[in-house]
Amino acid sequence: MAFISSGYDPENPMQDRITDIGPRNYEEFYPPVIKNNKGKWLYHEILQPGVLVHVSETGDEVYTVRVGGARLMSVSLIREICELADKYCGGYVRWTTRNNVEFMVDSKDKVQPLIDDLQSRKFPGGSYKFPVGGTGAGITNIVHTQGWIHCHTPATDASGPVKGVMDEVFEDFQNMRLPAHVRISLACCLNMCGAVHCSDIAILGYHRKPPMVDHEYIDKMCELPLAIASCPTAAIKPKKVEIEGKTVNSVEVNNSRCMYCGNCYTMCPCLPLADKEGDGIVLMVGGKVSNRISAPKFSKVAVAFIPNEPPRWPKTSETIKKIVEAYAADANKYERLGDWAERIGWERFFEKCDLEFTHHLIDDFRDPAYYTWRQTTQFKF
Amino acid sequence: MAKHETPLLDQLESGPWPSFVSDMKLEAESRAKNVNNVEFQIPQDVIEDLMGVLELSYKDAETHWKHGGIVGVFGYGGGVIGRYCDQPEKFPGVAHFHTMRVNQPSGHFYSTDFLRQLCDLWEFRGSGLTNMHGATGDIIFLGTTTPQLEEIFYEMTHKLNQDLGGSGSNLRTPSDCIGAARCEYACYDTQDLCTYLTQEYQDELHRPAFPYKFKFKFDGCPNCCVASIARADMSFIGTWKDDIRVDQDAVKGYVNGEFPPNGGSHSGRDWGPFDIQKEVIDLCPTQCMKYENSKLEINNKECTRCMHCINVMPRALRPGKQTGCSILVGAKAPILDGAQMGSLLLPFVEVNKENDYQEVKDVIESIWDWWMEEGKNRERLGELMKRQGFQKLLEVTGVDPIPQHVSEPRHNPYIFWKEEEVQGGWERDINEFRKHHQR
Repeated sequence: MAFISSGYDPENPMQDRITDIGPRNYEEFYPPVIKNNKGKWLYHEILQPGVLVHVSETGDEVYTVRVGGARLMSVSLIREICELADKYCGGYVRWTTRNNVEFMVDSKDKVQPLIDDLQSRKFPGGSYKFPVGGTGAGITNIVHTQGWIHCHTPATDASGPVKGVMDEVFEDFQNMRLPAHVRISLACCLNMCGAVHCSDIAILGYHRKPPMVDHEYIDKMCELPLAIASCPTAAIKPKKVEIEGKTVNSVEVNNSRCMYCGNCYTMCPCLPLADKEGDGIVLMVGGKVSNRISAPKFSKVAVAFIPNEPPRWPKTSETIKKIVEAYAADANKYERLGDWAERIGWERFFEKCDLEFTHHLIDDFRDPAYYTWRQTTQFKF
Repeated sequence: MAKHETPLLDQLESGPWPSFVSDMKLEAESRAKNVNNVEFQIPQDVIEDLMGVLELSYKDAETHWKHGGIVGVFGYGGGVIGRYCDQPEKFPGVAHFHTMRVNQPSGHFYSTDFLRQLCDLWEFRGSGLTNMHGATGDIIFLGTTTPQLEEIFYEMTHKLNQDLGGSGSNLRTPSDCIGAARCEYACYDTQDLCTYLTQEYQDELHRPAFPYKFKFKFDGCPNCCVASIARADMSFIGTWKDDIRVDQDAVKGYVNGEFPPNGGSHSGRDWGPFDIQKEVIDLCPTQCMKYENSKLEINNKECTRCMHCINVMPRALRPGKQTGCSILVGAKAPILDGAQMGSLLLPFVEVNKENDYQEVKDVIESIWDWWMEEGKNRERLGELMKRQGFQKLLEVTGVDPIPQHVSEPRHNPYIFWKEEEVQGGWERDINEFRKHHQR
């Protein structure tokens, strides 16, 4: 493994340096049918799950075949996508905002051979490489974060639970039987790199133990005032501690004030909080980002805690399946999960989904909490 | 024979959904065989060690990655996330395993030539594992060593004409929906505005000078496919001012069952024949439509452009022609003080390519001036808005208050009057007062 230079000279970093050039221009990457019809599209139709046609005022049509994929993707698999795009799509391909891959062709006769090829490709373990689906009133790909494969603060894994849940709801990836689309998202800690807080179903990793303090090293490795200031509930204060006869500067955590957000750990590695028994999953439901019919809304906590169950997180998957089935059976056409819960009332939601209501689900975090308490005599028995 | 046993991960190879474990195993095998004689610049067995450390996490139910540490490329303060394994002796291949964020092309369109160039570079100088894409929108290169960072950046800028994305307290890589490229609902060219502003603000993107992260996201219509309203400090959401365009013949087509409602999205179940009264008219949030004598009438003045009728009947209804965007500000995920949705600042802004989007840039820069001056360390724009008030936001952006700014007026009368608003000001003479009011 000999080092091969790119041409960069570490002694002379500014030599020939190119910076601030930004991304490549999108126009280089439009397939001709897109380039020719941009801004001219009249309407679209989903011909079957995973297959869309868009019709332009020029008379042109573009057929899109959408396939699901793991967000974690190797260069070999991307090269296989390229091979397919070269064979069927003139050398162009795109990704959606939810980690799906879209293959586009400019006439209907090119669609079926492409679908057949995509559906025939499987990994040695038996899973599909390119399952066609993810459109309309079904469940599309889960957007998610890194989890245990690459992050320092996760309270759960990301790719594992996503695989477990998508296997469980796979039929709804390839079908469109639901009242409206159901968006599932996963964030492996409260930081929510995945911004899951407005999803129909949000899977959230959550710690439940306050941080430990590594007294011996904290003053050497961290800026104590930054760690103290980082706490949103002011649960951390300075403290002098005796270590082997020496007094060192450290901090003390007021455990009852801690909401386990991990913000202190992000500022200071001497305050770790991950824990096998403490960490697990919160399920939130009923959020949306679309302005359609009702305003965008936040997801609400429906299940306060499910333990981490690697490798497949069965309890998480089963609970999600249960919620989806109750929604599918009871909601009106076009009604999103959160709109359904509001229409029938949350007391009915917990009944129909067969979920236990516990004190953890009543908001007690600052002012907004009050607005979520029932302030009317209108309720259902 | 695999380097590490992975009995737990192996259980994720079954089931229909694409298995990331199978993909990793194939990539590990491909590196081991190395049929193209790639002179790998990081350990050849990097993926085996990555699977080893992940298996350990599955056993321990805890992560084995440490904090970042300051790594990056010269002159940039973002784009690289330092990452180190906390079990480097067991898994030396991933002892250093830094992430690089590569600024995606707007709309996530690619040519296979460009994708292959990215793959070749990343196989040669990194782990060969990516995220397509990260939550913010970047192409993520997952795992390389410190000495490779400058080499990758040099090759990327010199041979691929491609730059890194943002991380840290800077402008994060902007992202957009598919927009006018392949969607009839787009009210402005999301790809062009996204690319233009990304290029315009390269300095803000690469060199952290902000109190905290700042995100732009571009949605072409109120359906918000890129979720800008929930997660961008500034959301640009397409809208229109004039009337919804109606093709009455196509409306009749839907009523007569010639076209599937909602673009065929509900075909997996028999919902019965399409009922325009029940499925469109009655669900309209403003009740501004009626269908009488085979004619659809819309009272456009009362319409709030929720998109429902257009979504249900895409062949018959289209957004108006006088299009632009609404700008909402201050959305963020829950850390620290709870999640915030974007709040409407400007109902309608012209999105004009001809004058380099000047109206849009004026709003952005006035907000940045305020936030950079007043924002505390790690305070998002939405939190500053809460701390100093919406009135302050209006003041710094020079926007006049209008009822559209609120969902309802305030519940309390505790109004902070400005002195100049009160006749005669606040300075008064107590002795003058006492002439008429005994002590």
